[in-house]
Amino acid sequence: MDREEWKNLLSLDYKNRGRRKPIYHSESKIELADCYDPEELMKTGFDLEKDLGLPGTFPFTRGIHPAMYRADFWIMGQYAGFGNPEATNERFKYLLSKGQTALALALDLPTQLGIESDEELADGEVGKAGVAINSLKDMEEIFDGIPLNKPRQIFTTANAIGPIMLALFLALGEKQGIDPGQYSVVLQNDILKEYVARGAYIFPPSPSLKFSIDAVEFCTHHYPRFKPIVICGSHMRQGGATAVQEVAFTLSNAEAYIDEAVGRGLDIDDFAPFIECQLSVPMNLFEEVAKYRAFRRMWARMLKERYQAKKPESMKCFIRVYTTGYTMTAQQPLNNIVRVTIEALGAILGGAQSLSCNAMDEVVSIPTQEAARVALMTQHILANETGIADVADPLGGSYYIESLTNEIEKRALSLMEQIRQKGGAERAIEEGFYQMLSRKAAGEYQQEIEKGERIIVGLNKFREEKEKIKIDCFKVEEGVQVKVIEKLHHLKAQRNPDEVERCLGRLEQEVRLGKNSLPALRDCALAYATIGEMCRVLGKIWGFYHEGAKWI
Amino acid sequence: MKEDRQRARVLVAKIGLDGHNRGAQVVANGLREAGMEVIYTGIRQTPSSVARAAIQEDVDVIGISSMVGAHLPVIKKLMKELEALNASDIPVILGGIIPEEDYGPLREAGVSEIFPPGAAVKEIVQYIESIVKAKEGSGPAAGSGHHADTDHQC
Repeated sequence: MDREEWKNLLSLDYKNRGRRKPIYHSESKIELADCYDPEELMKTGFDLEKDLGLPGTFPFTRGIHPAMYRADFWIMGQYAGFGNPEATNERFKYLLSKGQTALALALDLPTQLGIESDEELADGEVGKAGVAINSLKDMEEIFDGIPLNKPRQIFTTANAIGPIMLALFLALGEKQGIDPGQYSVVLQNDILKEYVARGAYIFPPSPSLKFSIDAVEFCTHHYPRFKPIVICGSHMRQGGATAVQEVAFTLSNAEAYIDEAVGRGLDIDDFAPFIECQLSVPMNLFEEVAKYRAFRRMWARMLKERYQAKKPESMKCFIRVYTTGYTMTAQQPLNNIVRVTIEALGAILGGAQSLSCNAMDEVVSIPTQEAARVALMTQHILANETGIADVADPLGGSYYIESLTNEIEKRALSLMEQIRQKGGAERAIEEGFYQMLSRKAAGEYQQEIEKGERIIVGLNKFREEKEKIKIDCFKVEEGVQVKVIEKLHHLKAQRNPDEVERCLGRLEQEVRLGKNSLPALRDCALAYATIGEMCRVLGKIWGFYHEGAKWI
Repeated sequence: MKEDRQRARVLVAKIGLDGHNRGAQVVANGLREAGMEVIYTGIRQTPSSVARAAIQEDVDVIGISSMVGAHLPVIKKLMKELEALNASDIPVILGGIIPEEDYGPLREAGVSEIFPPGAAVKEIVQYIESIVKAKEGSGPAAGSGHHADTDHQC
């Protein structure tokens, strides 16, 4: 049967059986064809050799390794860290004993914002969204009995304080007597997205961007095993951005960071292989798979063409994935296990290197131990019981997936061009361009739900009337704040104040001179200066940043 | 609603350090689209700055968004600030990630209504309209726990 005849059959079928929606489109509003075939694919200008290639070869559409998960599964991480250092230490030991291979250290908000636990602004937030860290002392307790080289990787969400956390890890490594060549720290250290979505900034964008690159520069010279920056699309996605916007924003931010690093005289091939990217994975399965494939290809082309990278490693993008918070519902929370499973499936079919699954109760609280275990076991089930990891890029060659991959790339490239015309990522963010686009998309998403155009099971359809939401909420132990503050005061009484003063003075001097801040920060950490004290010194030089209300 | 006004005025704020402002901004936009006047304060406000802004802007309702579990102390402090400024009659509504077991203490502290994850913006609009109307009629004793489904145990 030829295509025309089939089109007639199709019309007849719609006529007889109706259609669920007048128009079908992806999350990013890419209009979908009735069915994908060679003709549809060719409309996107698909070129087998240039666009696809083979796994582990340029442009890495099909994955960064030739054997993908046939050699080894992805890294299975779970986000953890809460309350005080002792509780986090306990949770870390538990997760390691259950076969987790990487640790992710969540920091409470005062820590992330350089506010000491005893400051008024910290009141009520100490130990809430993660663990409270004031100084090296807390790091010593968190990793008590856990040598830094025991997990495959240690990941931390420090962004505004990214280089300070790096300094703390280096100081801790020295104290534990472990050579930095033997362990691997991954710093998120991506400040630009904070102005768009998560809001955990301290200083203005321009000095903050340079501060982030201090860590990249320092690691490139001295600690090549570390991953000094993870460029994140996931938070902007959670903040409302579509899949296409997530890709374009993340890669535009990557350009801003790489430009700064290259501007300092770093060779692209010396640091690009250690950059990681972090993306989200909401529920629109095929668009998500295509998104990862498009993202990898765009990264590869950008590194090769724009930055003249020579090493294939520079062109391979290591992608870490977090499943998505906004797709989860507080209603019928067990359903979130299913959602997380599908999202995780999308990340694996898309070829992710590292995956963290949300726990079903995260929509109402920090995960309980049982929920965290189910989330980790979800990964083990997908890895070991389904066979999805047994072939590299199993969806490659699908007319639909390849069409979507091309379309996402095309649209994201056009948005990146718009951002360049605004003067690049930093300027576009300062003027609220990213924020405006993603808030608009978030508003539309909400309206679709309220109008019933988008069905969320248990929320606007298939509701359980009179539902009793029974979630075993994890509670931060009462009195955490008091204990943390006591410890902070004890530390301040015990340490050598002259040494702290000297180190903080040196930090100010070196930053004012435009030197890399890391050597001075490491000395501050070793002298048990607090993160808050270091930030106050930096704020004196750079000033502090406040959100513009014009963004909505 | 204040008599000389055609539209309800609502202050939407995030108190504390959390910067997850998607919810606050979606609600702020939704209320605006429903014809209300919205004053959005941005993130990292303090209880006293919110109380002062509410009085300066002469709002009918204060909406607080909380995502990281700091809601109870934050609300208590806000209520104290409002009381100190003789403004306890301004109803306070709360949205975000709030475990149900905190509903009781939050209401005791004076929160008029709580909108959990998944609440529709139109529910919030309706609720605000109902309390400003009640306030118009019968003075400040507006809105206390009218929802039926608040007996959930966590």
